Amino acid sequence: MAELIARSAFQGLLPLRFGNVEAVEVMAATITSVSPFRGQETKVSKALEKAVGVPFPDAGRVIARDDVRAIWTGMGQCFVLGADPGPLPGAAVTDQTDAWGALAIEGTDARAVLARLVPIDLRPDVFAVGHAARTLFGHMACVLTREAGDRYGIMVFRSMAGSAAHELEGAMRKVAARERLQ
Amino acid sequence: MRVEGRGRIDRTRPVSFTFDGKTISGFAGDTVASALLARDIRLMARSFKYHRPRGPLTAGSEEPNALVQVGTGHAMIPNVRATVQEIHEGLTVNSQNRIGSLERDLMAVNDLFWPFLGAGFYYKTFMWPRRFWEGLYEPMIRRAAGLGRMTRGPNPEASERAFAHCDVLVIGGGPTGLMAALTAARAGADVILAEESAECGGRLLSDAEEIDGVEAEYWVEDMLAQLKETGRVRVMTRTTVTGVHDGLNFGALERVGQHLPHDPDTPRDCFWRIRAKSAVLAAGALERPIAFPMNDRPGIMLASAVRTYLNRYGVAPGRNLTVFATNDDAHRTAVEMQAAGMRVAAVIDSRTGVRKQGDYRLIEGGQVIDTKGRHGLRQITVRHGGRTDDIITDCLAMSGGWNPSVHLTCHLGARPVWDAARKAFLPAPDAVPGLFPAGACNGNYATAACLRDGHAAAAKALAMLGLKARKVEVSEALEDAGSVSTLWYVEGKGRAWLDFANDVTTKDVKLAAQEGFTSVEHMKRYTTQGMAPDQGKSSNIAALALLADATGRGIPETGTTTYRPPFIPVPIGAMAAGAEGKGFAPERRTTSDRALRDWGAPMIEAGLWYRPSYVPKPGETHWRQSCDREVRMVREAVGVVDVSTLGKIDIQGPDAAAFLDFVYCNTFSTLKPGRVRYGLMLREDGHVMDDGTTARLSDTHFVMTTTTAAAGQVMQHLEFVRQCLRPDLDVALISVTEQWAQFSVAGPQARALINSVLDEAIDDESFPFMACGPVRIHGIPGRLFRISFSGEHAYEIAIPARFGEALYRDLVARAETLGGGAYGMEALNVMRIEKGFITHAEIHGRVTADDVGFGRMVSGKKDCVGRAASLRPGLSGPEREQLVGLKPKSPETPLLAGAHLFREKDDAVRVNDQGYITSVAWSPTLETYLGLGFLLNGRARIGETVRMVDHLRKAETLCEVCDPVFFDPEGGRARG
Repeated sequence: MAELIARSAFQGLLPLRFGNVEAVEVMAATITSVSPFRGQETKVSKALEKAVGVPFPDAGRVIARDDVRAIWTGMGQCFVLGADPGPLPGAAVTDQTDAWGALAIEGTDARAVLARLVPIDLRPDVFAVGHAARTLFGHMACVLTREAGDRYGIMVFRSMAGSAAHELEGAMRKVAARERLQ
Repeated sequence: MRVEGRGRIDRTRPVSFTFDGKTISGFAGDTVASALLARDIRLMARSFKYHRPRGPLTAGSEEPNALVQVGTGHAMIPNVRATVQEIHEGLTVNSQNRIGSLERDLMAVNDLFWPFLGAGFYYKTFMWPRRFWEGLYEPMIRRAAGLGRMTRGPNPEASERAFAHCDVLVIGGGPTGLMAALTAARAGADVILAEESAECGGRLLSDAEEIDGVEAEYWVEDMLAQLKETGRVRVMTRTTVTGVHDGLNFGALERVGQHLPHDPDTPRDCFWRIRAKSAVLAAGALERPIAFPMNDRPGIMLASAVRTYLNRYGVAPGRNLTVFATNDDAHRTAVEMQAAGMRVAAVIDSRTGVRKQGDYRLIEGGQVIDTKGRHGLRQITVRHGGRTDDIITDCLAMSGGWNPSVHLTCHLGARPVWDAARKAFLPAPDAVPGLFPAGACNGNYATAACLRDGHAAAAKALAMLGLKARKVEVSEALEDAGSVSTLWYVEGKGRAWLDFANDVTTKDVKLAAQEGFTSVEHMKRYTTQGMAPDQGKSSNIAALALLADATGRGIPETGTTTYRPPFIPVPIGAMAAGAEGKGFAPERRTTSDRALRDWGAPMIEAGLWYRPSYVPKPGETHWRQSCDREVRMVREAVGVVDVSTLGKIDIQGPDAAAFLDFVYCNTFSTLKPGRVRYGLMLREDGHVMDDGTTARLSDTHFVMTTTTAAAGQVMQHLEFVRQCLRPDLDVALISVTEQWAQFSVAGPQARALINSVLDEAIDDESFPFMACGPVRIHGIPGRLFRISFSGEHAYEIAIPARFGEALYRDLVARAETLGGGAYGMEALNVMRIEKGFITHAEIHGRVTADDVGFGRMVSGKKDCVGRAASLRPGLSGPEREQLVGLKPKSPETPLLAGAHLFREKDDAVRVNDQGYITSVAWSPTLETYLGLGFLLNGRARIGETVRMVDHLRKAETLCEVCDPVFFDPEGGRARG
């Protein structure tokens, strides 16, 4: 039997480092979407917590325990990263592991880099640690999370990884160049 | 000349640049205008229409005269204001709008013909012969009229776009803005302070003033330190707020690298979109020129500009100054120039009973009625008390008072209001909800009033946020702005310029009034006053005051034109930064992309995706060779093509089947798990939206496929149906397009190839036509669908995307051992045409299910989106154009997509149109050209001969109308 070689979304595109900002690919072992059916929200949240240790998050929030994170991704929908919850009675569960290219961007100027690409308010107290948003990354739809003070997570469609890395590099270069002017 | 001991330039850092090829040295902090004036170069430009020699009128972004082009090659930018552009090492500046040198511009001949070049000149002159207009007159006028020259190539220096958010946006970093920013920040608001010039301070950096008993520039430094201390204020210098848009969204243009030597990573400029919860407008005021005869010579400038050059740049624009003013404020210019060691020849004040502010010759009740000096001012003529005097001078500082910078308050449609006491237009109350004008732009000119107003406006802005202003000590400053009277224009011989940028004189406005253009909007368009890049910042008010006089009305009755965004010219390149070329839209690449490019496959765009046109073999020189080979390969052996770009939507829930019955016109609730069905989706208007196959994985779990082009549209449509039309159905949707790499394997050897990668082999019994199910591919869980778009025995095999490239390369390599290989879109298209399968070439938005022969698919047993409309008369039946196949009478004659169909004997004219061709191909299988198209009552006309006529490509041929399925009409090959 032949062995198929796996290729990650940002292979050959990341990491990038300019100035004080670094962008690296982040690989979650699994990404699973969970959408509770009508009236099943509480039951599913409990089952989810039992299965992987995190409940269903509130709108615009991330819940993280150890290596598992549940990210709100839309109305009645979340992504569970890092552990496969398996089938959850009362919910649509779909494998999304390969659908997304995920990266983390970190550094003092990470927010300034994102301000070139993301239109939402990223002021530290507005988009706080543990917040999540579906928004734009350049011209691409993305899932944006704030993971730590100067660290953000970005997920884009896997097929757009090349464009995402290109846009990111442009913004990082310009921010680093401005930093050099200071 | 440079003045020792004054200015904020850095004299330890000399900087040299070139102006019209000549090297000029200045200091860091100089603008092009200040550096040139320091070298006594006053002539910087030629005017728009008359090509008059011009020097700077102002020292700011409102400059109408001193427009230059900066940079070289494709990086050249025209119409840059020399008063804004800061100098840097290596900067190349050239004057523009001239033929020959700046001193001897050949176009200056226009100036001799000025009596003929008045308002409406072109409309009146170039009327006949009519046909000359487009070919001769317009190109000639355009050649003569433009200011700067455009480069044709893309600018190699990149711009940037960015977003910013704040609680309070303060526009303008003068005393008002600084006070507002401090008040807001101290109360706990996040503040952005946008300042147009290189440093905050506004007029305090230009006028010798004291605040709290110290020189004002120290007060500015102290304020900036206090702002920094709050940790809440982001000071953005070199940033002009260009517009107010709905919801307190602001546009702003920041000059990032324009004042620096080129660096590939430093953006030239940045277009900011700033979202604020409230805002304080502290934009200040712009001084008014006076329209006196021959008031446009280099050396004649605004009094405030003279003080700016002196105090900010350490430059005296002349050695022998005269002042012509209507107000007390401008007298400071004489005092300060004297203090700097310059001679003041006279101060001419249009008023009488004026108090002298220093030791200079004061001419009361005087008016300047003429000037002399071709390339620069030499002499002025003053009329006062019934006599005229000639006065030698090289710099005339004029001031007609101040116009508050109300521009941004007009951007949402409000018009400024005339204030008779202040003799100025002020912002309309609540012109922009949440934007509070303060200081000079609100008509409060004295520094002390500015400080109080800045504090008060910030308090209002804070109240909107639910914050309360803490007490901030308001500094003691100049309380009196002095008195002012109005003098818009001076009668006399010769032209008196109102709009320097567009060469509009008082004569033009009077002519407009005389010819019936008495509305201010008509006058503006007739004379072009205010339509130059400066938007008439220094001319609008004077022009309408003159129009008011000429029409015997007052200023409030005459009204004013309004201001629109942007406040300053904004390069399109800045607004579109990053979106040029490939930045316009993201690229979507399949997992097979790398392999295909390795093999030299030309990639074509399909929506945002890239797909292979064909996969050439050595020796093939024409796409048809590759395409024909690939078709034969699939029909005779096996071919592999990536179909991952088709939309895949995971549909789950107790009501999933009912949901599909509602969105598809045919029935899915009857589909057995483990089976796939073709489905047709209608729009609400009964026309076909999309088609595809949907697989039932379990009772409550389906996977729908869509066409590549309509994947987003279908997802959106399904969400709309789920949330709005059928909220009663319990169903969840999510796209899995990106999750699965999916490849079609087609041809007589398809099963052999599929079985070579599956852990457990399949056969006809376990996997019949239209079956689907989970499989393991080299140990990896995947999915298999037995569906065919080629008419051959075919499968689609799906694997998680990370394994996509490996599986694709593996499948193609194995296919090659079976006499097959990879194929592309061209071959795929040929085969689907041979089979009469439709794509969006056929379901282009104007066809119904009946038109494509699927009328019976619209189930009568249930309702679905579009069913009701599809039943309406006129949307089905023989009166419509129906899908047919077409074959040319001589097989080698190409059919042309887009060509129209006519009866054999009819003239090929519109009224005889019978239909059109949507898809064509050379069929290597049937050795003839084939076409699909729509023909009036086509299904009843099989066997008839029609004429294809392509009027554009001048081709015509006779064709036979056929059934759209040309190849294997029984479908035995796919089922077998």
